[in-house]
Amino acid sequence: MHSLNNPQLMREIIMDHYDNPRNRGLVNDETYKKVNMNSETCIDNLDIQVKFDGDKIEDIRYDGEACAICTSSTSIMSELIIGKTKEEAKEIIENYMNMIYEKEYDPEILEEAIAFQNTHKQANRIKCATLGWNGLIQLIKESEE
Amino acid sequence: MFDVYEIRQDFPMLNGKTMHGKPLIYFDNGATTLKPQMVIDSVCNYLTNYSGNAHRGDYDLSHEVDEQYENARVITQKFINAKRKEEIVFTSGSTDSLNMIAYGYGLTHLKQDDEILITVAEHASNTLPWFDVAKQTGAKVEYIDLDEKGRLTTENVKKAITDKTKIIAVAQVTNVLGHNIPMKEICDLAHQYNIIVVADGAQSVPHQKTDVQETGVDFLAFSGHKMCGPTGIGVLYGKYELLCETKPMRLGGGSNSRYNHEGTITLKNPPYKFEAGTPHIEGVIGLGSAITYIDSLQMEYIHQYELELRNYCIKKMKALDNIEIYNEDAQGAIAFNIKGVFSQDAASLFNTYGIAVRAGQHCAKILDEFLHVSTTLRVSFYFYNTKEEIDQFIEVCKKGDDFLDAFFE
Repeated sequence: MHSLNNPQLMREIIMDHYDNPRNRGLVNDETYKKVNMNSETCIDNLDIQVKFDGDKIEDIRYDGEACAICTSSTSIMSELIIGKTKEEAKEIIENYMNMIYEKEYDPEILEEAIAFQNTHKQANRIKCATLGWNGLIQLIKESEE
Repeated sequence: MFDVYEIRQDFPMLNGKTMHGKPLIYFDNGATTLKPQMVIDSVCNYLTNYSGNAHRGDYDLSHEVDEQYENARVITQKFINAKRKEEIVFTSGSTDSLNMIAYGYGLTHLKQDDEILITVAEHASNTLPWFDVAKQTGAKVEYIDLDEKGRLTTENVKKAITDKTKIIAVAQVTNVLGHNIPMKEICDLAHQYNIIVVADGAQSVPHQKTDVQETGVDFLAFSGHKMCGPTGIGVLYGKYELLCETKPMRLGGGSNSRYNHEGTITLKNPPYKFEAGTPHIEGVIGLGSAITYIDSLQMEYIHQYELELRNYCIKKMKALDNIEIYNEDAQGAIAFNIKGVFSQDAASLFNTYGIAVRAGQHCAKILDEFLHVSTTLRVSFYFYNTKEEIDQFIEVCKKGDDFLDAFFE
């Protein structure tokens, strides 16, 4: 069992990032790439900004209106990914998505993001737990086109 | 008065269906309603025993379909007390009906600078078609002010009317705020100025007596699935002479009486000119059956019982200090929030206890300008709900602070 695999701890992680989201707030800077992620089926609506420095993801910002699951998963994502290369980011993203969709994944690499390991039990929340992550995927993809 | 426990026996979904491992408590009747066995059987019966086309064949089977199809029209006519059965047009639902009015009547009758009056509480389907028709004709969409409680009053309608006003399009009961409006007074007033009144009846026709002759409303739209009928079937009621002036949005088989190669078309009279193509026959038959079922329970009792449920729920909710209610005095849905909990997170918590509750903007995306809160929770009852279900709902309301439980169950 992973040391973080404790419901009380996972709950605290989510609440902590919901109450005090990290890297929240957009910046007025043309060097950031931006995407709006607006869930068609629920309320979540976030703008995501990413600043690339060559191969490196230098910064991630986001803002909008979103539920606890969406806000905290995006906050945790920003902390995990900032400073990583695109390749490293892709590996983390792949593991995160594997966890969400009940495939094999490496919990170590996901750090606090494993707080979302139960998402599949509330199928209607998968979209909340992946909205910010999908925004990041889209921006990385665009940066490579 | 009816026995709710006996009624519940008629609904397969209330006898064994679970959600998240708990018996389903269905409080999202504003979205759609559950179906009684009688409606299910009527649809299956058509599909199993007489599934021919309507208004087409010269053989017994087709005649049988025609009889059932037209019989549903008469049942619907009587249900809303329309003057004649030709005033009942079958559509795919309220949205379809409202679009048919906006594009079939609005687009052909509105001119530059004419005004259409709506409110901020209207559903998207009674807002967006008018925006588009206004854009195409040069007319303007204006808003009638709601009072401090979110109600539409005749006085405010009067204030909003100008000599340019041509159409008033309002819900009899809105889907979030749930207030019943004084439709007869509004129609009487509007008709003094030759204004046409369009009523969105999606949230009212299933829950209270509708009498189009008494109110004098010009057009009325409602949906079958919100009143125990199948999805994909609804009704457009229009005064016959107005339906004659309304242009069908779609043309095809069954809607014309003749046409020639030069393109001269002679359309049939209402309602047939609006029903081009093979109609949703099993939907129409299911709707007829749903109305028959509701008639058997009697609308006055349904209405009375639902008000009793609502009052019971409001009283219990008010006793909790973590609940904010936005429309205490209304009669339809209850709009509320658990303080400090984002509506979607709260809905997830209710889901964990098997309770279906809606979160969001409920297709009324400009209502936040009035409520000053962007999203709400909504519970909406139907006659098969019980006080015991409300008690269980209240217990979950108390757990609001633990909303993340839903995520770890």
